[in-house]
Amino acid sequence: MSLEAVPARPGFTSDLGRVVKAFPTLLRVGVSEVVAYRAEFLVWILTTNMPLVMLAIWHAVAADGPVGHFDQRAFTTYYLGVLAVRLLTSNWVVWQLSMEIRDGTLSAKLLRPIHPIYALAADHLSAVPMRALVISPAVAILAYVGWDRLLRHDGVLVLVFVASLVGAWLLIFFTMILMGALAFFVESALGIFELWLGVHAILSGYLVPIEALPHWARTAANVLPFRFMLGFPVEALVGLLSRHDALWALAAQWGYVAIFGAAAVGVWRVGVRHFSAYGG
Amino acid sequence: MIDVRNLSKTYRVHKRAPGLGAALRSVLRRKYEVVKAVEALSFQIAEGERVGFLGPNGAGKTTTLKVLAGLLHPTSGSVRVGSYVPHERDPRFLQLITLVMGQKQQLLWDLPPSETYAMNRAIYDIPRAQADETVRTLVELLEIGDLVDKPTRQLSLGERMKCELVAALLHRPRVLFLDEPTIGLDVSMQAKMRDFIRDYNERFGAAVLLTSHYMDDVVALCPRVVVIDHGRLIYDGDLRELARRVRPDKRMTLRLSRPVDRAELEKLGTVVSADAAQAVLSVPHARLSTVVQGALAALPIVDLTIEEAPLEEVMRELFGAREKEAREVSRAHG
Repeated sequence: MSLEAVPARPGFTSDLGRVVKAFPTLLRVGVSEVVAYRAEFLVWILTTNMPLVMLAIWHAVAADGPVGHFDQRAFTTYYLGVLAVRLLTSNWVVWQLSMEIRDGTLSAKLLRPIHPIYALAADHLSAVPMRALVISPAVAILAYVGWDRLLRHDGVLVLVFVASLVGAWLLIFFTMILMGALAFFVESALGIFELWLGVHAILSGYLVPIEALPHWARTAANVLPFRFMLGFPVEALVGLLSRHDALWALAAQWGYVAIFGAAAVGVWRVGVRHFSAYGG
Repeated sequence: MIDVRNLSKTYRVHKRAPGLGAALRSVLRRKYEVVKAVEALSFQIAEGERVGFLGPNGAGKTTTLKVLAGLLHPTSGSVRVGSYVPHERDPRFLQLITLVMGQKQQLLWDLPPSETYAMNRAIYDIPRAQADETVRTLVELLEIGDLVDKPTRQLSLGERMKCELVAALLHRPRVLFLDEPTIGLDVSMQAKMRDFIRDYNERFGAAVLLTSHYMDDVVALCPRVVVIDHGRLIYDGDLRELARRVRPDKRMTLRLSRPVDRAELEKLGTVVSADAAQAVLSVPHARLSTVVQGALAALPIVDLTIEEAPLEEVMRELFGAREKEAREVSRAHG
């Protein structure tokens, strides 16, 4: 046998360098996992049917006349946009993380020389191609029905939309890390997240377009982070935002990404010190 | 290589009685108990040493291993592995160590072990040629060539454990923390696993700290043992010396050509077991040569062997005596 001892490597590639090198493999393995879990994965995706329910309701309401700026066609494009953006940007990190903290399986991730947040990001990003495949019919219908309004046929809005999708993914991911990491301290991390989810449903544009909310709720939605997780990319996609408004919203969204990213990393750092998972 | 000084680790544990009333009361007022898992523990392990880490259930072994692996922060004391402080989890430290826990696994459940190996190769930044060679070598040694491409969930516990070991050693760690690595394996597989660990230790000069409830693992692998009880060090030294100290009697096995009266055997020492063909006696070390001479002269002996008392008995006696001592102390204090 020709194995020989390899000394520990001082000056080893930095953590970020290692992440960049490892990411393609992590993504490939993640895709293999998604394929292995394809049945559960599809069922989970199909549970995201609320936008279609809301579409049916608002479509019926708008039959007698438009609601604000929303006629039947606008509701159709909006909720198909919600479905597409929601499926592309959501993930299940909070459930995974709180479970791994509570049952101690996080240990295996902590023992690897790559930060678990990077590993979780790769894990969840690898689900995006499969999700894109699943939502492609909805996107095709959206493009057919709302082609004349789509991104206002503006190249800048196309770029803003792509950046807003990345921003929404990161904002949701960091929020979930933040909420999941609460399991280091409290047993009811998922309960706290459910509360968050309730407010999110109203103020993110998931159930009702922000524009159709009462004035006070609209004001709150424009200031709080929820809209930037869903409503903003959808509004940009279906042509509800001017270039000026979209750029301002993008700046606010990435501001929230920075704040939630820092908060998630901070809570994680403190939380790991509390990690006990003792016994076997 | 490993330097532990005055290590203590305490946990704050929520405690409540069973029942709805207690559950409701705990909503308003929670009671916590401080559990001392490890107390003022000190030991050092040199490069290439194989050390058994023994103690009864709940003694603090796994907690200590987790502190050494950087998973837990010590409450007080200092711990160093190589030149690293484990809980800082420097990537170079994580590259240096591995922790194998028989009851936990890192293999991806629905994918073949080969996918976990590919992932670890990327995470540990191991050159492909080196990783392929390591996997090939380890797979050959553990005889698992036909398993690495089957989904992990379809493997037996023993098969999973072997595949787990390859994943844990792929980056060729220099410090092995092994927590019950042979749990659930059959006897021949336990023996193979022990050979494999010894082989790895000798090839790479890796330090090994092993906990196991199978004393055969400890006897076969660890010339030195560190014994803890209730989180405190009670012995650190040579395994045979521990056996001699706790059980100074030798175990003498006599194979007999015809049955012998029990009274005859009792003249020689304490009878552990006896039947028509074989008798096992416990004999004080100081009287051994006299007893052997007497036995050879008086009994129809076909074969005679002398061994230390089995380690299971030594440990049972050691912890049994300590438990008894603790009970007496608590009775004396009311």
